[in-house]
Amino acid sequence: MRNAFVDQLTLLAEKNEKIFLIVGDLGYGVIENFEKRFPKQFLNAGVAEQNMMGMAAGLASAGYQVFVYSIGNFPVFRCLEQIRNDVCYQELDVSIVSIGAGLSYGSLGYSHHAIDDIGVMKALPGMTIYSPADPIETRIALSSSMSVKTPKYFRLGKSGEPNIFEEGSTNFPNWTELASGSQLLLITTGAITIEAIEAAEILNLEGIEISVCSVPILKPFKLNISLVEKYQKILVVEEHSISGGLGSMVSEQIAQHGLMKNLTVLGLPDLVHHELGSQKYLRKHFGIDSQGISNEVKEILGS
Amino acid sequence: MSKVTPSSKSIALAARKSALHMTHASKASHIGSSLSMIDILSVIASNTTLALNSQLGEELIISKGHAAAGAYAVLAHAGYIPIELLESYSTDGALLGGHVTSTHVSAINLSTGSLGHGLPFSVGRAIAKKRLNIQGQSFILLSDGECDEGSNWEAALLASHLGLDNVSAVIDRNFLQSLKSTEETVQLEPLADKWLAFNWDVVVVDGHSHADLDKAIFRKSNKPMMTIANTIKGYGVSFMENSVPWHYKSPDEEELSLAIHELEKFL
Repeated sequence: MRNAFVDQLTLLAEKNEKIFLIVGDLGYGVIENFEKRFPKQFLNAGVAEQNMMGMAAGLASAGYQVFVYSIGNFPVFRCLEQIRNDVCYQELDVSIVSIGAGLSYGSLGYSHHAIDDIGVMKALPGMTIYSPADPIETRIALSSSMSVKTPKYFRLGKSGEPNIFEEGSTNFPNWTELASGSQLLLITTGAITIEAIEAAEILNLEGIEISVCSVPILKPFKLNISLVEKYQKILVVEEHSISGGLGSMVSEQIAQHGLMKNLTVLGLPDLVHHELGSQKYLRKHFGIDSQGISNEVKEILGS
Repeated sequence: MSKVTPSSKSIALAARKSALHMTHASKASHIGSSLSMIDILSVIASNTTLALNSQLGEELIISKGHAAAGAYAVLAHAGYIPIELLESYSTDGALLGGHVTSTHVSAINLSTGSLGHGLPFSVGRAIAKKRLNIQGQSFILLSDGECDEGSNWEAALLASHLGLDNVSAVIDRNFLQSLKSTEETVQLEPLADKWLAFNWDVVVVDGHSHADLDKAIFRKSNKPMMTIANTIKGYGVSFMENSVPWHYKSPDEEELSLAIHELEKFL
């Protein structure tokens, strides 16, 4: 997803000299082409996220469309007050781009696990949160975001995510139904969508049919009520803490709309953890890989 | 924009009086910090034409946002804010809040209040001016206690690395912060050496001498510039000078008239 993002940004910069890319000394092998082609629209801020975000706000106030590129938690937590006071308070066009959503950097440890970022970013007023499911939707989300002149957050995977969509097959910015079935509605977001699709395939072989929907924009979050109303059993799957993520948003809106549903949230426990390993390993460990998801569905359905 | 700008000294005197009235009327704080920096800001405001509404050019960022009363007062007397707006300072429904808000002040580009935000933001705008070949200095006013914030030092590193000679920062060096002196709190000295070590052009001046401030703040260099302006917190009102409580207190009726009397007599 990171390559898709930077490639698309490079394409956009060809026609837009207001695009400014700041990196927090990260992006090796990904950002060099942009830097080479648009040196006046590029800056490496060094390992200094507070200054990086404050500068981004300053550049945006000067008329640039600023993209701040870093990984995992660094462009969120280290500079959260700069995001709140410098970017959101002044209502500026700064896009925070975090590579390595969820457990992408699994073996690098908890410091690098971006698993509570949605909860934090959704609390910020005026923030738009993009959580595309694959490289194609990443490109579409980026292009679409150019007309949004307020703070934005891109929660992206790292690299090697398979394409889920074909060109034109995503319903972005709306939910996309990637599998259909009547027994349960599975709602998910971001790179883990592929696990949910595979879970649906596993279940299909056993005669269980579920619907799988991906949500590409988490803020503003809009529950697809007409869809939700069709199901009694709902499962939210996310590569994020069960506290403050998609599950929380779905729960809130289901309650606010007075819908009586059997809702389960499958994500990471709201606990510090010390597990290390590849993304694949950790997804399995926490029961959010395709097998874990399909087991959860069977439990919910009592089959 | 053409405007008749009064001299820095007359702005400063009028601003001191206004700031006293504002903090008295609103029972709001930071009069000590305001009196400390009014001379610095008056010198900047009277010698520049600040770009408005986030346009790039000569610009001012007040990082020590808590000195809002003094900042608004200077900007009003320099012609950037309607004077009558000062009357509702920090009251219910006011347009001018207790920390510098840019919302209704077109000459200010950043609302501040939490320390350590002004310099990074200004560095961003200074970079924009360099990239777009736009002239004009970025003036940033910092407090000395604010130098505790690491974000300033991050910005200091990058500003000199990029050779941002369009940055002219001033530290209001009054040696007092919230509870005690800066040196008792977290020692800042040797402060000039620290900025020198970050490869800034540094001068130390009397922060109440308009001639010295003028010479220092508007000097030219091929590096980002830091002016350490030695000041007295509460300057101009004897019983407020060098007093921690006057960081918070607002003058009552009697203190206000005493303060105004002193200002008229001595300044």
